[in-house]
Amino acid sequence: MENNRKPRPKAWVDRSLCVACGCCAKVCPLTAISVFRGLWAQVDSGRCVGCGRCVKECPASVIELKEAGT
Amino acid sequence: MKKHWYDYLWVVSLTYLVLGFFNILFAWLGLLCFFIPLLISVIGGTKGYCNRYCGRGQLFGLVGGRFGLSRRKDVPRWMKSKAFRYGFLIFFFVMFFQMLWNTYLVLAGAQDLRQVVTLLWTFKLPWHWAYHGGALHPGAVQFAFGFYSVMLTSTVLGFATMLLFKPRSWCVYCPMGTMTQLICKAKNHSVSSREPD
Repeated sequence: MENNRKPRPKAWVDRSLCVACGCCAKVCPLTAISVFRGLWAQVDSGRCVGCGRCVKECPASVIELKEAGT
Repeated sequence: MKKHWYDYLWVVSLTYLVLGFFNILFAWLGLLCFFIPLLISVIGGTKGYCNRYCGRGQLFGLVGGRFGLSRRKDVPRWMKSKAFRYGFLIFFFVMFFQMLWNTYLVLAGAQDLRQVVTLLWTFKLPWHWAYHGGALHPGAVQFAFGFYSVMLTSTVLGFATMLLFKPRSWCVYCPMGTMTQLICKAKNHSVSSREPD
């Protein structure tokens, strides 16, 4: 049977504008987001369920929910 | 989510501001907020201070977030641009060195001790009640007044952007955050240079 379910959108970080404050990592309920070497936030897309808490929390508003491949 | 001891460092930040109101010499303790982030980024190559231990950020998060005093709007694009962040860092540095110069003048005896706190680099607030005299050199006291001015100014700016935008908007242009991120970039150059700037 063909699976027609749309993939869930995942958090995506604009690394060029991320300030690496770590606010997103603090609110992620699945610890799917972390700060990489003080440079930017990185998302473990295997863990991210696209709840959007990080999007709301990010003070620089550089995180958005994107569907895979967009 | 499980709370850690460092999730309560906002109490330390708040206590610092209150203590400085009653005794300006406590302002010297604020140097910890300068040296700890620098050490963490220089030695560890991370922004561990911003990520975990910044009591100031926690305070904005608490007041703007849990107490709901923030409009929770996006910061304007220019505020998160590199030009503004680096420009503000340079401006902050210039003002900081001006404060050090004033301290030097008092140390050298070329200027009298000014018992004022300068808010937003402009407004001179009387603060004489917070100095009770003592054996300390007037230069050391002047530094305390100057440093408390820096801390109070950044708190006021942080509160203003907390009200207008998201609770921790201060983190976007915090000079310490910008500086430690630059140090991390330099330390992790091989990785950071591969990313768009």
